[in-house]
Amino acid sequence: MSKVAHEVARVLSSEPAGAYRHLVLAAPTIAAYAAPGQFVAATVGGPTSGMLLRRSFSIHAADPAVGTVEIVVAAHAAGTTWITQRRPGDEVDLVGPLGRPFPVPVRPGPDGRTSAVLVGGGYGSAPLFWLARVLRAQGTHVEIVLGAASADRLFGVDLASAVADAVAVTTDDGSAGTRGWVSDVLPEVLTRSGASDVYACGPMAMLKAVTDAAAAAGAIAHVAVEEAMACGVGVCMTCVMPVVGADGRTRMVRSCLDGPVFEGSRVRWDAFGDGLCRVPDDAVGAPQVGGH
Amino acid sequence: MADLTASLAGLTLPNPLMTASGCAANGKELHRFFDISRLGAFVTKTVMAAPRSGRGTPRMAETPSGMLNSIGLQGPGIDAFADEDLPWLASVGARVLVSIAGGTPAEFAQVATRLLASPAVTAIAGLEVNISCPNVASRGQVFAIDPHASAQVVAAVREAVPIHLPVFAKLSPDVTDLVTVAAACLGAGADGLTLINTTLGMVIDTDRMRPHLGGITGGLSGPAIRPIAVRAIWQVRSAMFAERLPTAPIIGVGGVASGRDALELAAAGASAIQVGTATFHDPQAPAHVLDELALLLDARGYAAFADVVAAAHPERKHP
Repeated sequence: MSKVAHEVARVLSSEPAGAYRHLVLAAPTIAAYAAPGQFVAATVGGPTSGMLLRRSFSIHAADPAVGTVEIVVAAHAAGTTWITQRRPGDEVDLVGPLGRPFPVPVRPGPDGRTSAVLVGGGYGSAPLFWLARVLRAQGTHVEIVLGAASADRLFGVDLASAVADAVAVTTDDGSAGTRGWVSDVLPEVLTRSGASDVYACGPMAMLKAVTDAAAAAGAIAHVAVEEAMACGVGVCMTCVMPVVGADGRTRMVRSCLDGPVFEGSRVRWDAFGDGLCRVPDDAVGAPQVGGH
Repeated sequence: MADLTASLAGLTLPNPLMTASGCAANGKELHRFFDISRLGAFVTKTVMAAPRSGRGTPRMAETPSGMLNSIGLQGPGIDAFADEDLPWLASVGARVLVSIAGGTPAEFAQVATRLLASPAVTAIAGLEVNISCPNVASRGQVFAIDPHASAQVVAAVREAVPIHLPVFAKLSPDVTDLVTVAAACLGAGADGLTLINTTLGMVIDTDRMRPHLGGITGGLSGPAIRPIAVRAIWQVRSAMFAERLPTAPIIGVGGVASGRDALELAAAGASAIQVGTATFHDPQAPAHVLDELALLLDARGYAAFADVVAAAHPERKHP
């Protein structure tokens, strides 16, 4: 397990970003350890809060030189709304960085050149721009595909053009970019760029579609999942999902420790559906008929 | 500085603070945040004979001042625990209270026996018998609702392990008469009791109009259930004062998030205190509660933690 810190972070800024809120936090130890793809877990509601569980946010950016960590938050319910209401000078209790980062560098192609496509759904795109800068710095050709239900639910379209060699945008309602899903444009982007690696963050259905498109193009998909977590640090066992290990066997693994980034081809997408994830019958220790 | 020594069933621990089973995994994760050997004991995630995947998801729902969980005793099985997890705990100097379970009394005994063959057996401070897991033979009902079934499990474990190793039975609050279950466990050879496990609850997802948890019902934990823990500890300790039960140590658990909360469970009759769900909020919670309790005992002028155990009982005040 990589280095992790527990620190009270001070809010330096909180700005609206479309339907979301972009927070910059002073968290020097977390900033020093963080890598793209990792996340932080925050308490919500203050010291007398009845909301006990931490909320997890992928790290949008971390700058060790100035000790800042940035997150992008959607106000889903009371806990995340509390985070969006923090203002400069307020404090947020953070644990991080957590989880495994995106694997870099990408594999070089036959010509020795490396090429990657980064795909973000909604504010799931938050960690991708930092990743793009890291990949670009090592000479990788980077293209970004951003998708959302509508224009206000896209995050980082302006950032994307600054850090990528090409950008494609889709919205379900056609209010920005191409009308449709990221998976509608992804095959063409993959073919044109010859990418060996696809990095994606967003809803499960999108991650499955990205995994399928990557496989069809002969690329590897690295997907960052957003499972519900209580602790973020590996002790509550609530964020599990079925993933195939190196030995070919499926296990219910913790997305906070073994993820949140998984190789898409190893995720048992067949187990997900209708907001539930069941344990595949062939998983290690799966319930037997009449047992459990 | 108050003497924090905790004495229970022949076990002497440097302090009364423990993790709670299923809230601390098997140590490595929390050891990144504090030295787990500081705790009086580390209580492991319940281990059964075979590896278990646990249930599907969602496994968790946040509730007011608490949470529901339906994990389904996910774990590596006793072989991996005895050969890998326990030796790691021993390597960092943890005193380990091993939580065990089984679908039958024989499986409990099998798990206990296999544990004794671990290369790290000397790290074991005692066993916590989790009889709140479903009984395969009894249509999935938990052992702990039935005094007879509880006693069978405790007797099987007691027979499997040497007498110097204390056995604690972890009881469910979801019973009509907790004292009867406690009496059955102590009568079957338990050296002490852990009170309480989660209490059964349920949340419905009103958007989807269906149960929120994949497992439908789940165990409620957190500060929301602390008054239930205090009540359970009080009832059982009162029965001991009234000589309806043999006197035996109680390990208190349920909603402890501060030194004050630990003091409350101790005053109700707990000789040691476990910190569970609070760890999800603060990965250093067990250490923080320990530090707060020490400061509180000093501030209140107590010379020793032992002085506050059952201190709220009139029998203790006026023996």
